[in-house]
Amino acid sequence: MADQLTITAMHQALQDGTTTASALVAAANARIDAIDPDVAAFLARNPKAQAQAEAVDAKGDFSQPLAGVPVAIKDNIVTNGLTTTAASKILEHFEPIYDATVVEKLQAAGAVNVGKVNLDEFAMGSSTENSGFQVTKNAWDHSRVPGGSSGGSAAAVASGQVPMALGTDTGGSIRQPAAFNGIVGVKPTYGRVSRWGVIAFASSLDQVGTLTRSVEDAALTLNVIAGHDDKDATTAPDPVPDFTANLHKGVAGLKIALPEEYLGEGVDPKVAAQIQAAAAQLRELGATVDTVSLPHTKYAVPAYYIIASSEASSNLQRFDGIRYGFRAQDVKNLTDVYVRSRSEGFGPEVKRRIMLGTFSLSAGFYDAYFKKAAQVRTLITRDFEQVFADYDLIMGPTTPTVAFKIGDKVTDPLTMYMNDILTIPVNLAGLPAASIPAGFVDHMPVGLQLIGKAFDEATIFQAAEAFEAANDYLAQLPGGAE
Amino acid sequence: MITKESVAHVAELSRLSFTDAELDQYTDQLGEILNMVEQLEEVDTTGVPATTQSIHLHNVMREDVPHNDTNVEDLFKNVPTRKGTLIQVPAIIDKEED
Amino acid sequence: MNFETTIGLEVHVELKTKSKMYSPSPVSYGAEPNTQTNVIDWGFPGVLPSINKGAYSYGIMVALALHADITRDTHFDRKNYFYPDNPKAYQITQSETPLATNGYIEIEVDGQKKRIGIHELHVEEDAGKNQHEDDGYSYVDLNRQGTPLIEIVSEPDIASPEEAYQYLEQLRQIVQFTGASDVKMEEGSMRVDTNLSVAPIGSQKYGTKTEIKNLNSFVHVRDGLAYEQKRQVQLLMAGGAVRQETRRWDVDKKETILMRVKEGADDYRYFPEPDLPPVHVSQAWIDEVAATLPEPPARRRSRYVEDWKIPAYDAGVLTNTLEMSDFFEATVAAGAEPKLASNWLMGEVSGYLNAEHVELKQVALTPAHLASMIKLIADGTISSKIAKKVFKEIIANDTDPKAWVEAKGMVQLSDPAKLTPIIDAVLDDNQQSIDDFHNGKDRAIGFLVGKIMQETHGKANPKVVNQILMSELKKR
Repeated sequence: MADQLTITAMHQALQDGTTTASALVAAANARIDAIDPDVAAFLARNPKAQAQAEAVDAKGDFSQPLAGVPVAIKDNIVTNGLTTTAASKILEHFEPIYDATVVEKLQAAGAVNVGKVNLDEFAMGSSTENSGFQVTKNAWDHSRVPGGSSGGSAAAVASGQVPMALGTDTGGSIRQPAAFNGIVGVKPTYGRVSRWGVIAFASSLDQVGTLTRSVEDAALTLNVIAGHDDKDATTAPDPVPDFTANLHKGVAGLKIALPEEYLGEGVDPKVAAQIQAAAAQLRELGATVDTVSLPHTKYAVPAYYIIASSEASSNLQRFDGIRYGFRAQDVKNLTDVYVRSRSEGFGPEVKRRIMLGTFSLSAGFYDAYFKKAAQVRTLITRDFEQVFADYDLIMGPTTPTVAFKIGDKVTDPLTMYMNDILTIPVNLAGLPAASIPAGFVDHMPVGLQLIGKAFDEATIFQAAEAFEAANDYLAQLPGGAE
Repeated sequence: MITKESVAHVAELSRLSFTDAELDQYTDQLGEILNMVEQLEEVDTTGVPATTQSIHLHNVMREDVPHNDTNVEDLFKNVPTRKGTLIQVPAIIDKEED
Repeated sequence: MNFETTIGLEVHVELKTKSKMYSPSPVSYGAEPNTQTNVIDWGFPGVLPSINKGAYSYGIMVALALHADITRDTHFDRKNYFYPDNPKAYQITQSETPLATNGYIEIEVDGQKKRIGIHELHVEEDAGKNQHEDDGYSYVDLNRQGTPLIEIVSEPDIASPEEAYQYLEQLRQIVQFTGASDVKMEEGSMRVDTNLSVAPIGSQKYGTKTEIKNLNSFVHVRDGLAYEQKRQVQLLMAGGAVRQETRRWDVDKKETILMRVKEGADDYRYFPEPDLPPVHVSQAWIDEVAATLPEPPARRRSRYVEDWKIPAYDAGVLTNTLEMSDFFEATVAAGAEPKLASNWLMGEVSGYLNAEHVELKQVALTPAHLASMIKLIADGTISSKIAKKVFKEIIANDTDPKAWVEAKGMVQLSDPAKLTPIIDAVLDDNQQSIDDFHNGKDRAIGFLVGKIMQETHGKANPKVVNQILMSELKKR
């Protein structure tokens, strides 16, 4: 593999003794120093990273694949002692006093967190333009958005600052920025990875996942972060398989479904063509690809915005200026503390979703909005179940278009929401899915989305690796080209 | 269609305040979003159960064993104002407790 | 016009678990503010709840004791409202599928038995505490945040303040006997909110109800309801209308005072809690809890009356608290005659507790010592006068009565073989009194008994002395 910026390449070099964790972390820091002023992926740097790398070197055990590897963490995942903001002014100086389970697991595996990366405020958005602090740039074209909400994670990995960044995916927030930046983004099955320490957006949809340069790196990282957690009652008790087990097995015999709705209205024909080409390639590699239907797809966006916003309206009530976070100045009474801290602390998109969610749950509207959306969610889930009765995977584009220009959609929430139409159904059904590079349209990367059965990430990795190996998109990454 | 009055009511429930111009803007935007949401009315959901969780677990419970190793000073690290180990808040005027 | 009154009661009961409902931090009282809390109790960003199985089992236990139907498939819901003592700004409760429904409590008012329905019971978490001070600030202590609660909602079957009082009294007893809660109003482990409305007799619909909050004793509940009942009737009689409002009972003024007017229903935006998987209550779980369910107070009462011939009134007093009832049974088990044990507990023991303002568990008295003392009285080892001294000792100190009376030489002299020579000696020295006796002067007996007591340093058993003295006198 040509790319020296993958976990596997770094692991190999560490085992060969041709580099050290300290050198890798120093190189990552140097690269961040050099290019992040333009990319604007990082919100906070870990001042202890170098010392932690030295400790890993001192231990000298590089048997675990992530030992000594620099990584970045999306800033809605709490890190003990390191400012965590969810890119919101309301948490501008918030210092967590515990680590998220995924952070603990990465640390235990020897990975070194070099810093916290940008996102749309509270992960609400598809462009990272909703960050309360800075606008992150697409690694391929700085005039374009990196996608979102894990835009900082995607840009940091695609621009070669770190080989892996954790993201969270509530409606496509890992897959869409991965697609926009030409990297691999994996959203595991709901319940596969602990949410303890993940600042909740929509609890029934949120899932932590990975943004990496290669499929194998994603599998290696998921091996580390997956598993039941007593602190998260919604994690699956099932044992975690080795996600690298199916790599290099090829796709011969795999049955793949291509839903007609995923290439329909609103999808850029050039993107659709790229996905058709990918389907042809997968057939050549020995898979069968058939057209199927997921008839409720078009209802996923409205159902999602009601459900996600309703849960968010409740989850974000704790930001009240009492125990932590921003408290407005010169307040006269308690109501003032609440209203002014929240009004001054939250950005416009967050307020919009809080408003939509509060409305959907309010007296007289619950049945027509929240309950109706939750029923439609059942139908969307059943659509998937029917297809998966006959198929191993579902494929389609990750996004209807390639990355759009900064400022293009931010004033029009509805158009922005429609950008998530291809990723949202997966979250509603709790399924695992990945976005992998699938060529270019107008010199910008296109993402191929692969959706698996619940808890069958292994088959996604199998097909993704086969597709990756048959192409050379990885070598073309902006970071890898240098 | 959502009215400006109901948007103002929802703002109050959400403990958010808006200028009059913002209220107009939110009324328009929420109206558009709710318009889109009205597509859901096309779907026949008679007898369809609601899905509120995407993993089908039950009885995930903990034994009644107390445990706490939290340092109270850590909890207070982010508290804007305090007195001893009490969190200080501006006077509660309108009591709206359960 | 005559009115009928409709009362519904909402009772919150704190469960006696070791850890909180949705967090493993300890449940404890009187600790320094916020020292019994963790990041979950504080609603820190990123935290998640977990269900305390022990709390849910206690909930099932109370539901069974109230004859309610356990909901087999249930989930938790969020109730959203902002308040400083509610850190997440939502309370995790059960709204759609409560723990149990359709229970009842039997009460007796003026000799009439009546069944008050229980609409539902649900499990939820308690809030923290706000302290309001004069310095322009309020202060938040989250130690209580997350303590497991069950809310018990009655049907509007209660027709008078006295019925409400009886309902609460029975509810308190029943819950206390399960061991699931201390149910103490004064300590806040039992809290009562009331709803009362009045309507002309025969009216097809209920009147507008008012709520009374912050009631801290059953007597205040009864007084507050009585006041509210009168206030509403007077308002209607004068042509006015009752407003839907929340009021509080002012103990000093003896009146209810407006807290706030309710404008429409509160909008708590309930929805299913996404962070907690649903709970399925199996028959096996119910059976397991039922097997550990202690005997309810009503059954204990009838057992006391039937098996031990205790008067019904006394049986009621003895089962007022679980502590007293358990103490009574243990005393009987230690060999005390039930009626005597009952008399002591209702008399001297209760008198002492009331005078000293202490509880049974705070005094040194044990059932074994009480039983031992009662046996000493019954077999004549000590006199009832001495018994009073013994009681003072054993309620204050962990002292074995038998050893104590022996050591102190308080044992009565009841043996005729020992008493007869003493009595004969006294008679030999007091011929005048013997003559007086034969001349019909009964006063002489008192004099002679006094002399005998003097000789025996007060230890002679008066009953035995009397018997021997009479027979010896007749011989002379």
